[in-house]
Amino acid sequence: MTSLSAKIQDVFDEPACDKNRGKDAKARKEGCARLLTPGAAAGGCAFDGAKIVLQPITNVAHLVHAPLACEGNSWDNRGAASSGPTLWRTSFTTDLTELDVVMGQGERKLFKAIREIKEAYAPPAVFVYSTCVTALIGDDIGAVCKRAAEKFGLAVVPINAPGLAGSKNLGNKLAAEALLDHVIGTVEPDDAGPYDINILGEFNLSGEFWLIKPLLDRLGIRVRACIPGDARYIDIASAHRARAAMVVCSTALINLARKMDERWDIPFFEGSFYGISDTSQALRNVAELLVRKGADPEILECTERLIAQEEAIAWKKLKAYRRRLQGKRVLLNTGGVKSWSVLHALMEIGMEIVGTSVKKSTVEDKERIKQILKDDNHMFEQMAARDLYTMLSEGKADIMLSGGRTQFVALKAKTPWLDINQERQHPYAGYDGMVELVRQIDLAIHNPIWSQVRERAPWDCEHGVKNQQPSTKNETATVHAAQEFAGTTPTISASVEEIR
Amino acid sequence: MTRIVSQTKSASVNPLKSSQPLGAALAFLGIDGAVPLFHGTQGCTSFALVLFVRHFKETIPLQTTAMDEVTTILGGSDNLEEAILNLKTRTKPKLIGVCTTALVETRGEDSAGDIADIRLKRAEELAGTEIVLANTPDFSGALEEGWAKAVTAVIEGITRPGERARQSKKIAILPGWNLTVADIEHLREMVESFGLHPVILPDLSGSLDGTVPDHWVPTTYGGTSVEGIRELGAAEHCIAIGEHMRRPADVLHKVTGVPYVLFESLTGLKAADQFVSLLSTISGEPVPAGVCRRRAQLQDALLDGHFHFGGKKIAIAAEPDQLYQYATFFVGMGSEIAAAVTTTDMSEILEKVPAESIQIGDLGDLETLAGGADLLVTHSHGRQASQRLGIPLMRVGFPVFDRLGSQHKLSILYQGTRDLVFEVANMFQADRHAPTPEELDPFRKRETPGGPRSSPLTRP
Repeated sequence: MTSLSAKIQDVFDEPACDKNRGKDAKARKEGCARLLTPGAAAGGCAFDGAKIVLQPITNVAHLVHAPLACEGNSWDNRGAASSGPTLWRTSFTTDLTELDVVMGQGERKLFKAIREIKEAYAPPAVFVYSTCVTALIGDDIGAVCKRAAEKFGLAVVPINAPGLAGSKNLGNKLAAEALLDHVIGTVEPDDAGPYDINILGEFNLSGEFWLIKPLLDRLGIRVRACIPGDARYIDIASAHRARAAMVVCSTALINLARKMDERWDIPFFEGSFYGISDTSQALRNVAELLVRKGADPEILECTERLIAQEEAIAWKKLKAYRRRLQGKRVLLNTGGVKSWSVLHALMEIGMEIVGTSVKKSTVEDKERIKQILKDDNHMFEQMAARDLYTMLSEGKADIMLSGGRTQFVALKAKTPWLDINQERQHPYAGYDGMVELVRQIDLAIHNPIWSQVRERAPWDCEHGVKNQQPSTKNETATVHAAQEFAGTTPTISASVEEIR
Repeated sequence: MTRIVSQTKSASVNPLKSSQPLGAALAFLGIDGAVPLFHGTQGCTSFALVLFVRHFKETIPLQTTAMDEVTTILGGSDNLEEAILNLKTRTKPKLIGVCTTALVETRGEDSAGDIADIRLKRAEELAGTEIVLANTPDFSGALEEGWAKAVTAVIEGITRPGERARQSKKIAILPGWNLTVADIEHLREMVESFGLHPVILPDLSGSLDGTVPDHWVPTTYGGTSVEGIRELGAAEHCIAIGEHMRRPADVLHKVTGVPYVLFESLTGLKAADQFVSLLSTISGEPVPAGVCRRRAQLQDALLDGHFHFGGKKIAIAAEPDQLYQYATFFVGMGSEIAAAVTTTDMSEILEKVPAESIQIGDLGDLETLAGGADLLVTHSHGRQASQRLGIPLMRVGFPVFDRLGSQHKLSILYQGTRDLVFEVANMFQADRHAPTPEELDPFRKRETPGGPRSSPLTRP
């Protein structure tokens, strides 16, 4: 555990992180993860975080050394996409039993598991994840991986991020450390060129990176490695030869970017592909970094041309939604997406932002959001489910954009909701992605079910049926009522007009 | 307003309709102790019989007057008489439902006159058996019309005319053919939960619900009793379901004075609300807690399910009332009707179908119009089109012969709507394919507008 604690201390000391720099030595030592409150905590563990970061590497066998729960309860829950290999969709775990734990058979079982995977699937690499139980009983996965790698002649990478080490965010960073220690730089590419870049922290959810990659292709820029979205092992192993890097999800992989800069002189910037202006800015930054590293300055001009053309198309498409969405109120409740750029686009088509969470936003993000909203009352760190429910029930927003965790808060409050986190079904990156996001907002807000679910039963279920009925014992009155019903509306149909 | 596009081609490609006598026979099959009798050649009956058996997986009592060349020229009345007498001796039915076919109608057979003669001449032998005639030439209408005509004929022929003392808790229900066995069972339970006594005509839930009798029965076993039909005039109220049931309900009203309410569809929250409110009003009873619970479940199903429906393009081919039932369901969930095909332009309901236009046509038309749709909705014969187009098929209506249990699928009121929401959402989920770089490529999409992804943005 000592080497793990050293690692943890190391990732908590992050010179590239403004927030981290702002702390004193003692606070820094405590780490960047929020202290968890038993009984009121939400979010994943370090293992979860490590797995999230690495699992999208498509041709690697991800072997979880643990009793069933760690892998069994979590696999196949995120929508990253692969353009080829499918091995990452196959779940591997050592499924430790009580006997294994008591008899200390964990390491042997792990070794055999690696052998079986090698024989049945012949992957270029096996990633072995330690977990709480296997860390606790002292299984030395580092040693097992080393031995297995020698014996089977393939890369076997220990990922030392057991859940008890800390938060999901810490796990993200420990996964990056594992890549730095064992993967990146182990293969020399024979085709390195002046337009090679890495994209770090892009997960290719719903294939959304494929909305971006063609833009880079057009500019002659090659993505050496996108880590981890749709990555192959060899891409990552040779990622050290890229000329520049972009960090997409900064809180997750900033340490990876900084250390690659230190070790291999790959400059990086933080950017986002969500929102139109952010996408343009990202393309611009990539081109600038490449030029700084010796690429032909002509690329700057090409980039501007492409940006102008794509922005024009996107704004034109978005304009079509202005009429339908103008004045609609959006509540943005998410951490992952860097919200300010999305806010900007939504406001551009006339939507009103009634609130946005800034839980995972950087200081700069917050500044920008403040500028856009002109009112920081609309920013909140976190909102309790109860408060959220009350706010939505009172009809203070026309739609909430959030992750799956708060989905049912919105739905039970009978408020349209759109998933913009990892389980989502639609790609939202880049210019087309922004248009798709707006299209989905439009579909969600204008779905005809809302009037149906908001309407009370004609006899009013909630407020005691009996009080609402006409006097029940008076038979003539009842017959009369029925006839009246029949007389006035001989035909009953759900009004199509209303449905439409 | 819905534009109705009439059929211009001469060759019908992959027919959508089933013929009118088949619809009439289906209605007679919902009456206890009945045998439908096709007045035509053997083939008319045999084809219909095979289709029924394939759909219901049941033995179906269906007989024929076995017209041949000679009787076609000389007249079929003898065959009709012989068939009726034979049926009477062999099966002792309570009702023989005569459905004419194109053959005898083209010939100009006076079937009504013939039957009147036979009943007079053979009064003694035929005692205890009602004979009802539905004029259902194959060359007009389809299932829907056949069904409605048979129900009308039954009411005209059997129900005792004249205003009667009303039984306060008794209501008559005239369901359209598009209600399944499960729908009718559910309907009955719903009505009974208000303390009302429903007489459902026809009642397929008694006869074609797939039970196994412990002895051989040559007629239908179960369904509306002939006695019940005779006493329909004592009902306090009548509820008809589907525009095609307007005529039978009208006739009942004229014959007995029983007032009626017509529901165009019972699918969807709103329709169910109206139906339940009506039952509560008629019965003077409060809405049972269980019904409120079902309603809340449907609301939740709408919430959970709507994500899968929004913006989806649906292509439906069905007879008018079923088209209306499903089109309003899908539109109510946020989908759009990209193609609507139906069998006739005679139904009033068509104008209310929430589609831009409705093509009178066949499954060939559906296949042409459905390109780019996300879901096909029609009966089993749509399966090849579904395969060719690579669009999943939701099987509804008649016939459904390549899936079991279609009669036990619920499609009405809170529970049935909830089931439909789940069924369709699950089909969409099962059909979801992983995204590929090619289909997401912003440049490629721009160069091939209206490409594989259905987005209104790619359309002009």
